[in-house]
Amino acid sequence: MRELVVLSGKGGTGKTTIVGSFAALAKGKVLADCDVDAADLHLLLSPSERQKSEFWSGQVAYIDEERCTQCGLCQELCRFNAIKDFRVDPISCEGCSFCSHICPAEAITMKENMSGYWFISDTRYGPLVHARLGIAQENSGKLVAVVRQQAKQIAEEGGKDLIISDGPPGIGCPVISSLSGVNLALLVTEPTLSGMHDLERVLGVCRHFGVLALVCINKCDLNEENTRQIESQCLGQGVEIAGRIPFDNIVTQSIVQGVPLVEYSNGKVSREIERMWRTLSAILRNSSKEK
Amino acid sequence: MIISVASGKGGTGKTLVATSLALSLKDSHKVTLLDCDVEEPNDHILMKPKITGSEPVLISVPKVDESRCTYCGKCAQVCAYHAIAVLGEHVLTFAQLCHGCGACSYLCPEKAISEEPRQTGVVEWGHSDGVEFVHGKLTVGEAMAPPAIRKVKEHASSDGVVIIDVPPGTSCPVVEAIKDSDFCLLVTEPTPFGLNDLILAVETVRQLNIPCGVVLNRAGVGDAGVEEYCRKENIPILLTIPLDTEIARLYSRGITLAEGMPQWKGSFLTLFERIQEIASERVSRIKR
Repeated sequence: MRELVVLSGKGGTGKTTIVGSFAALAKGKVLADCDVDAADLHLLLSPSERQKSEFWSGQVAYIDEERCTQCGLCQELCRFNAIKDFRVDPISCEGCSFCSHICPAEAITMKENMSGYWFISDTRYGPLVHARLGIAQENSGKLVAVVRQQAKQIAEEGGKDLIISDGPPGIGCPVISSLSGVNLALLVTEPTLSGMHDLERVLGVCRHFGVLALVCINKCDLNEENTRQIESQCLGQGVEIAGRIPFDNIVTQSIVQGVPLVEYSNGKVSREIERMWRTLSAILRNSSKEK
Repeated sequence: MIISVASGKGGTGKTLVATSLALSLKDSHKVTLLDCDVEEPNDHILMKPKITGSEPVLISVPKVDESRCTYCGKCAQVCAYHAIAVLGEHVLTFAQLCHGCGACSYLCPEKAISEEPRQTGVVEWGHSDGVEFVHGKLTVGEAMAPPAIRKVKEHASSDGVVIIDVPPGTSCPVVEAIKDSDFCLLVTEPTPFGLNDLILAVETVRQLNIPCGVVLNRAGVGDAGVEEYCRKENIPILLTIPLDTEIARLYSRGITLAEGMPQWKGSFLTLFERIQEIASERVSRIKR
């Protein structure tokens, strides 16, 4: 099994557009949307839902008012300031269950928390596993792990050898969960000072977890000096540039139409994404199956 | 007054809006800008602040004194995060999984567990051109953003205007950043992606009972979905910024809209006035 994840550090650099096109180009794969906070990949792939499952994760404290003697010990010991006026604020509660262990009146119980859904859908491009974390929920990293595990299982059952994941922005918990143990990460950046700063940090995360990373510079003609600087920094760190995509409104038009860009246009942007896919698929073919 | 700038979808222009709003208000108000996107903080690139102080973000993780430990297993039993395990006559701790709740050390019958600080990031503060500035940086490789966000928010001053730049998404870091705000600006773009993620962001702020309004960025391309949704849901579009390569080029060089195109300052002042109106109407409605 080989896994490719597309990340960026900074949001809105074009991850989903690129994954949508890879979906149309790659053969024999399963798709996974690991941006469980704000999943968008399904908007390009016209999925039909095959299975919807609840995601239960973590717990929330609950105080039984009849038993509570209002001694205040729980409020004093809670480090997340989640208990006020002898009531639990479920949004602040981190589910540590400390309060339930120390309540002298045994008035506090922990309740299981339904914190989202995950889906298996069929698309023209193959199966898609995606998810929706409940609003204001924790454990996005665990939901990402569920999405990846399901994608792996479907791939194994269907004799498919490749998983392509659309990753979340940032460098924290869901990113680490999307990245651990994959064969290859494509980091999509843009030639803005913010994009460059964020690329540096997400490259650091890839190094930290020992994942091979390549870089794609999107909207490369927005600031050519910055593009050159990204290229030379990557060169200095031994990081290969997989592609340089020029700015084109056609990308937005394809999103509005809800189709992968490479199926919408055969212009410059599509050709560059196709070229990039050939580079990445060659690397994936040569990478160890054992990972 | 605390105004948070959030978005659901990443890369819609939160940083552009937060920094230009701060710079447009600084002549008439005391302004503090808090960058709570601790995974990828970018405000400092545009604000170029003079940093005058910093402190580490620490969480308390257990330290076991094995000379007192009887390997009873209580600590492992109470830890909700599987951050401590007892195997025969060994206690293993997994600091990266620990949320620092303190249950193990408090509940250890032998008082064998103390706590030691572990650094997961840093908070820095200073000022930039009349704006008080604070940001947090999560250490690369660390997973948990909320402790760093909480630390940044400790610097929110009780007077003047506090502007919070929020990370993208809708999960715990976002909630940590926007809770206790008086108003939340949701920055989006007129595409199906922008709309999908705006709907999620609106659900989040509604759950927190915070009034919101929309900034529509890169207007002129895409479709009318966001505007139709806002009309239907009665959410005001408070500012529209057109798709303009000049704005994108300025941003690429780390120049804010308020600096690079000062004619925009008036629009940000009007935006602030409308936010004040909405927030005060709401307060008087609640009082009634």
